[in-house]
Amino acid sequence: MSGQTVSLVMAGSGGAGVVTAGSLLLEAAARAGWYAYMTRSSGPQIRGGEAAVMVRLGTEPLASHDDCFHLLVGVDWQNVGRFAAEIPLGPDSLIIGDPGEGEVPEVFARSGAQQIALAMKALAKTIPDGRPNMVAFGAIAGLIGLTEDIVVGVLRDTLKRKGEGAIAASLAAFRAGVEAAADFPAVPRLPAMKADTSERWSITGNEATGMGALRGGVRFVAAYPITPATEVLEWLAPALPKVGGVLVQAEDELASINQIIGGSYGGVPSLTATSGPGLALMTESLGLAVAAEVPIVVVDVMRVGPSTGIATKSEQADLNIAVYGLHGDAPHLVLAPTSVADCLFTTQWAVHLAESLQTAAIVLTDQAMGQARAVMPRSAAVSFIGQREKPAALAEGVHYKRYANTASGVSPMAIPGMAGFTYTADGLEHNETGTPSSQASDHQAQLDKRLRKLTGYNYGDHWADITGDADADTAILTWGSSAGPAREALARLRAAGHRVKLVAVRLISPVQPEKFAAALAGVERVLVVEQSHSGQFHRYLRAQYDLPRQVRALHNPGPLAVRPGAIVEQITQWS
Amino acid sequence: MDACVKQREYTAKDYKSEVKPIWCPGCGDYSVLAAITRALASMQLAPENVAVVSGIGCSSRIPAYTSVYGFHGVHGRALPVATGLKIARPDLTVLVTGGDGDGFSIGGNHFLHACRRNVDLTYIVMDNQVYGMTKGQASPTTDPDWEGSKLTPDGAGIESFHPLVVALAAGANFVARCSSSDPNNVADIITQAIRHPGFSLVQVLSPCVTFRSEQLEWKHLVRTAVVDVTDDAARAARRLMTDDGFNVGKVLYKGDRPAYQPEPKGMAAVAELESDFAL
Ligand SMILES: Cc1ncc(C[n+]2csc(CCOP(=O)(O)OP(=O)(O)O)c2C)c(N)n1
Ligand code: SF4
Repeated sequence: MSGQTVSLVMAGSGGAGVVTAGSLLLEAAARAGWYAYMTRSSGPQIRGGEAAVMVRLGTEPLASHDDCFHLLVGVDWQNVGRFAAEIPLGPDSLIIGDPGEGEVPEVFARSGAQQIALAMKALAKTIPDGRPNMVAFGAIAGLIGLTEDIVVGVLRDTLKRKGEGAIAASLAAFRAGVEAAADFPAVPRLPAMKADTSERWSITGNEATGMGALRGGVRFVAAYPITPATEVLEWLAPALPKVGGVLVQAEDELASINQIIGGSYGGVPSLTATSGPGLALMTESLGLAVAAEVPIVVVDVMRVGPSTGIATKSEQADLNIAVYGLHGDAPHLVLAPTSVADCLFTTQWAVHLAESLQTAAIVLTDQAMGQARAVMPRSAAVSFIGQREKPAALAEGVHYKRYANTASGVSPMAIPGMAGFTYTADGLEHNETGTPSSQASDHQAQLDKRLRKLTGYNYGDHWADITGDADADTAILTWGSSAGPAREALARLRAAGHRVKLVAVRLISPVQPEKFAAALAGVERVLVVEQSHSGQFHRYLRAQYDLPRQVRALHNPGPLAVRPGAIVEQITQWS
Repeated sequence: MDACVKQREYTAKDYKSEVKPIWCPGCGDYSVLAAITRALASMQLAPENVAVVSGIGCSSRIPAYTSVYGFHGVHGRALPVATGLKIARPDLTVLVTGGDGDGFSIGGNHFLHACRRNVDLTYIVMDNQVYGMTKGQASPTTDPDWEGSKLTPDGAGIESFHPLVVALAAGANFVARCSSSDPNNVADIITQAIRHPGFSLVQVLSPCVTFRSEQLEWKHLVRTAVVDVTDDAARAARRLMTDDGFNVGKVLYKGDRPAYQPEPKGMAAVAELESDFAL
């Protein structure tokens, strides 16, 4: 990343308030003119248990964590060691621990980070209603250069309902933390920013997905809860009715996908959101949407699999099922946002494409991106609004052909209520009017047209985000949330004089061989980066595209996030 | 001024498509199809404002044979498709047609939740106590000792399912049983079911003459039930639990639960929601 950044973790057991403190920190940082990226980790407990918030603040928009955290503040250490693999520290890091809560756990101490004691609990006790998390917040603010005037404003706004007493207590504890940290070893301080008048949002990937759906025109949603997709639905449930839509909680995923097929057949752009186990249940009906040519969007917020896997951690291992899971030859769309911000654009685009091409679109986001919160510039509105082609008036005595074999492959779609156009939508193979048919010629014609409408469409430049050097000899190929660390790696590599480019693929299927070839012209070697155990994306690229002769693959399973440094290392050591 | 233009009257034929059914000669489903088109004609519903949704099975072929809007989906999922359609398009009259296998076996969970959700749908199940389309296996409503299937040569060995009683327990708002041997009565009951708000279940005994030829006898076994419609679900269930399954021709239960129909609350522009994220 260009610009300066600082990375920190606040950890503690449930009730220690680290998530609250993290949110306050994010809000204050945004008001200070900085950008932010925050993820959370929690234990397997439903409520309570240990938690950690990982926050990165910077002077430019951020899309990933750094290789290492500068600061770890343990309000207490109960079971926080469970997250050790997700909290890399180094000799330059600083660990702040409360001596009253015992030794710094060995897994963290082993990193060689400097340790310093801060009696957060004892300090908090000296303040009526003071809380240790606010002492921690104060220490962090003091260290990174967040000024009190901003924090006062945030506390006033967020604690308004709790009254003056609560605000005063929090502020006093905060000040105690700032004071205590005055002579602590330094961590990177961020410069004060000029008052920034551009609009900023604090948004999670899951919320951005919901917003993208609405911007695209979705007005009917049916879904069954599953971590980590539930927040997409929780945001949409109150939002949809305000803009004239409805959300139904279905009895299971089989019901939710079929409900949206029904809603969309009725003419209302429809969407569901789920995670891997739910997507597996939906595959039969995804094929129905393809065969019956009913536009639908299924968002899969991937988590660690197989089976119920790890519900709260991230992986990109549903690629295979999304692309290949449907039975029969069932061409459909698979798209993947490349950042928290891009969840909005890609979901909106997916709705647009599904409606325009009358087919099923799967949007693959993941836990890391879906549950990350970013402070980012307000997302500009784009003009993709779901549009389906309507049939023109028919001459007297002419039968409406719902599945007319047109040149583009797209057949005008009537919706119930239109007189003279009644037809039956069918998942059974059918002829042009929709009458079931078992003839090879009808099957061939319908297969051809359903493929043609996807392959003949002009997707413009949105198929991938391409950045870096035009004359690069090395390319990083990636997708989804792995694009975040890859972008940062790209910046570091270019700063070090490498000629590299990054191709973050947004349109996974159908493939774009010509555009892909153009993007890789002159590239001699590629590094494929993803988060899966078997390298699903790497295998997919090999099967679908011509790659340069030299290919390497970096693929970690979840929940081990790809770090920018690991990508940089792969490329710098490759010669 | 031409004050009195006579509206064209729809006849049953106006609701029939030109597609020729694939059913076996003598299949009970023919008369159910006829009853549906008669019911629609009796209500003079414009064909474009009616949709018939189904899953997979012989009986699920009905949509293609009508000239209203149709949806022929996958096995067992007709009710969710119809639920989504009706919620998204409350202006339409939505019928659901299918078999006992489609509705009570693979679609069993949806059946329970459709009863309890009480969306204004009319669900017509052609019950032939067998899987017709897959050539004669035991269905949930098959008697446990039926040995006619190669899959269960010693009989299914498990108790048959009682769809009407289950529907009452799950909260269906309208429950009726009739026989395909009396299509006029089926048409009348379907009409009442469409008129009644909420989820209506119409079980039609519809023989599979190919795999259960003994069901040809049904037309002699059925008798018009001598009961009045009740709004007491427990009473209706007691009657159904004690009869032999051949009391037909009557609406057995009508509840007064309001239909579920979530309503949009406003017509704000999407941009107004941006305040959720603004700092
Ligand atoms: C997922 C799935 N499993 C199995 C089948 C095969 N199948 C088609 S129809 C049917 C049963 C139909 O029985 P029923 O619903 O009672 O209808 P009927 O043919 O008797 O009218 C089955 C098992 C299928 N199409 N899809
Ligand atoms: S197999 Fe049975 S249910 Fe199917 S069409 Fe023939 S008679 Fe009717």
